[in-house]
Amino acid sequence: MGRMEVVPLTEVTREVHHTSTFRFRSAMEGAPGQFIMVWIPGHDEVPMALSYLGDVKGITVRAYGDATNALLKYTAGDLVGVRGPYGNTFHLDGRRALCVAGGVGIASIIAAVEGFSDRGTKVSTVLAARTAEELIFEERCEEAGEVHVATDDGTRGFHGLAPALAKRVLGQHTFDSVVTCGPEPMMKAVVVLCLERGIPVQASLERFMKCGIGICDACVLDDALVCKDGPIFTGEELAKSHDFGRFRRDESGRRIPL
Amino acid sequence: MMPDVSANVAGLKLRNPTMLASGFLDETGGTLLRVFKAGAGAVVTKSIGPEPRTGNTNPTVVELEVGMLNAMGLPNPGMEDFGAEVKVALDGGAVVVGSVYGKDPDEYATVASRLESYGVQAIELNLSCPHAKGLGTEIAEDPEAVREFTAAVKAKARVPVMPKLSPNVSDIAAFAGAAEDGGADAIVAINTLKAMAISPELKTPILANRVGGLSGPAIRPVGVRCVYEIYEAVDVPIVGVGGVETGRDALEYILAGARAVQIGTGLATRGMSVFADVTSEVAAYLEETGGKSVASLVGAAHG
Repeated sequence: MGRMEVVPLTEVTREVHHTSTFRFRSAMEGAPGQFIMVWIPGHDEVPMALSYLGDVKGITVRAYGDATNALLKYTAGDLVGVRGPYGNTFHLDGRRALCVAGGVGIASIIAAVEGFSDRGTKVSTVLAARTAEELIFEERCEEAGEVHVATDDGTRGFHGLAPALAKRVLGQHTFDSVVTCGPEPMMKAVVVLCLERGIPVQASLERFMKCGIGICDACVLDDALVCKDGPIFTGEELAKSHDFGRFRRDESGRRIPL
Repeated sequence: MMPDVSANVAGLKLRNPTMLASGFLDETGGTLLRVFKAGAGAVVTKSIGPEPRTGNTNPTVVELEVGMLNAMGLPNPGMEDFGAEVKVALDGGAVVVGSVYGKDPDEYATVASRLESYGVQAIELNLSCPHAKGLGTEIAEDPEAVREFTAAVKAKARVPVMPKLSPNVSDIAAFAGAAEDGGADAIVAINTLKAMAISPELKTPILANRVGGLSGPAIRPVGVRCVYEIYEAVDVPIVGVGGVETGRDALEYILAGARAVQIGTGLATRGMSVFADVTSEVAAYLEETGGKSVASLVGAAHG
């Protein structure tokens, strides 16, 4: 089994006021879409997508609870525990790909945006946030291909939600691959758009997670393990899912509305 | 002729001698059924209590070269909600053993009765969880408590009752005897070994609970020794648990006296096919050695 490494943060970058990127050196592998378990000592251990691959890896974290708020106070040199990477990876094939990200969901698919581009696939990204100030990784998306910005409040780009802009962009080119990550209702709408058009789609899901290695049953989606079978699921898998877009499990394992 | 790999544990009939150990992929009906379909002879549920319980804060798992530490802290949806999960597994054809915990004999009996009403085919008593404060640990450390808790559940139960014993004691045979005195139909051994991992960089235990339970290949020799000792001490059937990942590992337990084995941590190393793989490896051993059945090997290592 993989052992936890305790590593110093080499660099901390504030992306927007509540979201930062934390870089660290690790010999662990890592492919687009995979995640690691990050131990914030004294607080919690939480799953985080790798937003940077290579020797100096990175995670991009939005503060939403005790552990992530604690992590956002960390600076270069502070120690975190990391283990992984875990989960499956995005299939990066096709001639033209559309990546649809909502909020900090871009952290889970930025490696796929760049991975498509590296493999010679033309990439369009729909980058959506609540407001202009919360847009993350716009430059990295622009370096990889074409970028379409949407904000809920209309302060930048398209005034509206990501799926509405994605629908428009899907009409502009012939896409043969779509990847998405963001709030689950957004992903559900994107998956439906793709299923209607017969375009292969992959969505990166999030569930409450404990072990990360496919044994504890905390993160189930129907009978699938988000940590091991996922976090990436295809449109075909999600079309058959009872839970997707509707239910999650709480910390005691009870099925509750999303 | 294909060797007979079926097992019978106190009337609980298994198509093969492998069972899913409690605590692994067993909090929801969908995964219980998936593991059964992947080849397990039976699946044991997460330990269920009277009320929902969130368990411990992460880190709850430490991966090691020789196995794993865990301190989940008995997360479970509670007996009320768990009926829907058991139904999914049973409707799909799974053989389901309900694992039970509580704070006193009455609670154990109440939860066991509720799980029995959902249709589980046997009850396992978690008397030995090393990482939930005030629940399992004290019971595991006193043979009289093991007898008392077992008897309380047996007074109401119609399906076989199998207490799961802790290895964190000096004489496990005495505890097996106490379980038998309490009316246990079978004994499951062993639960995890109390253990700890510390980060030298941070100079602190990694598990949020500090102490957890060690499982996996590291504890297999301990488990095999415990089953061997229990087999000499009692007459009831034994289910062996601890570090089984291959057919040879399962055979060690069977030869020591186990009718069946449970597998948990092996899921992390061999995946869900571990149950089918172990079964076919045991069958291959029987064929090579001219053995007719798994049952004929039970306890064969005793002189």
